[in-house]
Amino acid sequence: MRDTGRRDRDQRLQAGARHAEGKRVHRQNATALLEAVIRPGDRVCLEGDNQKQADLLAVALAAADSATLHDLHLVRSGVVLPEHLDVFEKGIAKRLDYAYSGPQSARIARLLFGGKIELGAVHTYLELFARYYIDLTPQVALIAAVSADRHGNLYTGPNTEDTPAIVEATAFKDGVVIAQVNEIVDTLPRVDIPGDWVHFVVESGKPFYVEPLFTRDPAAITETQILTAMLAIKGIYAPYGVQRLNHGIGFNTAAIELLLPTYGERLGLKGKVASHWALNPHPTLIPAIESGWVRQIHSFGSEVGMDEYIRARSDVYFTGPDGSLRSNRAFCQMAGLYACDMFIGSTLQIDLKGNSSTVTVERVAGFGGAPNMGSDARGRRHPSQPWLQAGKEADPDGPAALRRGRKLVVQIGETFGDQNVPLFVEHLDALNLAEKLHLDLAPVMVYSDDVTHIVTEEGIANLLLCRDADEREQAIRGVAGYTQIGRERDAAMVQRLRERGVIRRPEDLGIDPLDADRRLLAARSIKDLVHWSGGLYAPPSKFRNW
Amino acid sequence: MEQLNYRHIALSRAKGSRLQAVVGVVASGDLEVLVERTLPDGECEVDIRTPITGFGDVWRAVVADFVQLRSPGGLKLSVNDGGARPDMVSLRLAQAVRAVAGDRV
Repeated sequence: MRDTGRRDRDQRLQAGARHAEGKRVHRQNATALLEAVIRPGDRVCLEGDNQKQADLLAVALAAADSATLHDLHLVRSGVVLPEHLDVFEKGIAKRLDYAYSGPQSARIARLLFGGKIELGAVHTYLELFARYYIDLTPQVALIAAVSADRHGNLYTGPNTEDTPAIVEATAFKDGVVIAQVNEIVDTLPRVDIPGDWVHFVVESGKPFYVEPLFTRDPAAITETQILTAMLAIKGIYAPYGVQRLNHGIGFNTAAIELLLPTYGERLGLKGKVASHWALNPHPTLIPAIESGWVRQIHSFGSEVGMDEYIRARSDVYFTGPDGSLRSNRAFCQMAGLYACDMFIGSTLQIDLKGNSSTVTVERVAGFGGAPNMGSDARGRRHPSQPWLQAGKEADPDGPAALRRGRKLVVQIGETFGDQNVPLFVEHLDALNLAEKLHLDLAPVMVYSDDVTHIVTEEGIANLLLCRDADEREQAIRGVAGYTQIGRERDAAMVQRLRERGVIRRPEDLGIDPLDADRRLLAARSIKDLVHWSGGLYAPPSKFRNW
Repeated sequence: MEQLNYRHIALSRAKGSRLQAVVGVVASGDLEVLVERTLPDGECEVDIRTPITGFGDVWRAVVADFVQLRSPGGLKLSVNDGGARPDMVSLRLAQAVRAVAGDRV
């Protein structure tokens, strides 16, 4: 027999059983359970991404005695809660492999520089999930669900997200799965995770934390963002006929969503673009859904306040037999990689080659799903019109039947961001960070050879049409506005690129910047979105001003 | 507080007959523009008060492009800046020319 892993798991389960009644563990015993089951040096997956958090288990782990539990290797989607970093400060954990860090991005940078965290890599979600099955398989997974029954079957509900990917990798490779649940019930609405994959269940008595990360208040959308949205719709969605797509988070893409039923309708694009989505349930997409633009949406997670609306729109969303959303981050990332023809999203820095990054020297934000969505799938083999057309623009002389198509990877933003910080830079801060931390790779979100278009208020740069590095640089400078990068352009070359359609200004597309008016937005406030939803959307209190 | 002033030759007189108009608001990230038709037809003046110092080069470039694109002959534009980004400045200046022409703002 070669089953040391299985016997090891049995020993861990026995050690944990002292703190449990069957599978059930009282929440006061959560830390004692973790100290019994986890061993120093273990690889532990603590569930939590940019949305859902196994918060009770995060707190319980951070409360462990570092004499008992130390040198853990944490593998996890997101570093989001303070406790996620407390474990490194206390010496409970030492090594980290992750994908996303929003609110903790400044503190994670300090701990990296202070040597408290030994960094494996900053991944994209799908890549990290993949490694759970090859070389980062967890010994213990700490996960979150809505409810459990007495057998340990779990209902993960609308925010299923990462749970299936984590549990599968752990439970089927001799690992221990510990779930926190809001409540234990007699009968589950549906079974998302079978009970024989789950070893311990801790009842938390309150809902696990979910961040409303994908909610953008239409009231905060600026005229410049509306202009970039008009450029994207008329200059990219329309000519390529983009039907299958993903939107990143941000006000520019929120503006696009809110312009579909108004500006998009006027351009006659309904039914021709933006019908099939890999997308979280963005509240700003409600007007387009209600106007009949959207055929279907598969989601990574849910969004706070959207559950009742989704339940009433099962024609559009993926829902279970109980009627609620079933999200799945791994499958949706896969859908974004292979079955979408476009990714469009914003970033913090773009260099002269077109590399982009959200990492600055003070903030190591990670990137979540963007590098996956925002990359060309080299294994793709099925044709579609946008993919073929983009491939042809990149290689007009190649033989059609042997020519790879290209995914449209669009970076959209204003030339100056918050605090007048320029979007365009000579060198990415990510390079300085890599040098200071002696990383083999700079944390680049979208590589230059994947990005196909850059949209700013000054126009669209189509990098597929650039034939050499000089053209590429000038195409980028040519939409960089009044940033230093923009003002140092070669005006004659930019003019030639414009004549070839590599750069397209608003006027080249028949767009008057003065038409970029907030009245074009299908909803101008959160309250408008509630009206559009027929009262089904219930925005979280921080977005309510009534 | 920095005060900047730019005078340009404009190719043609700004359209319309209104004598003055105000667009925008003095708010963070925004600006207010008072536009007055007080100069000879071939001239344009842009006067800026901004709380953010050290962006003279950017203002100069934004104003020069504005004059070339919108031909605001005869107009004096007084900008009260609340820390607006260049894209917002360009938009408000263009809106001011449209407002004084009598078009919808």
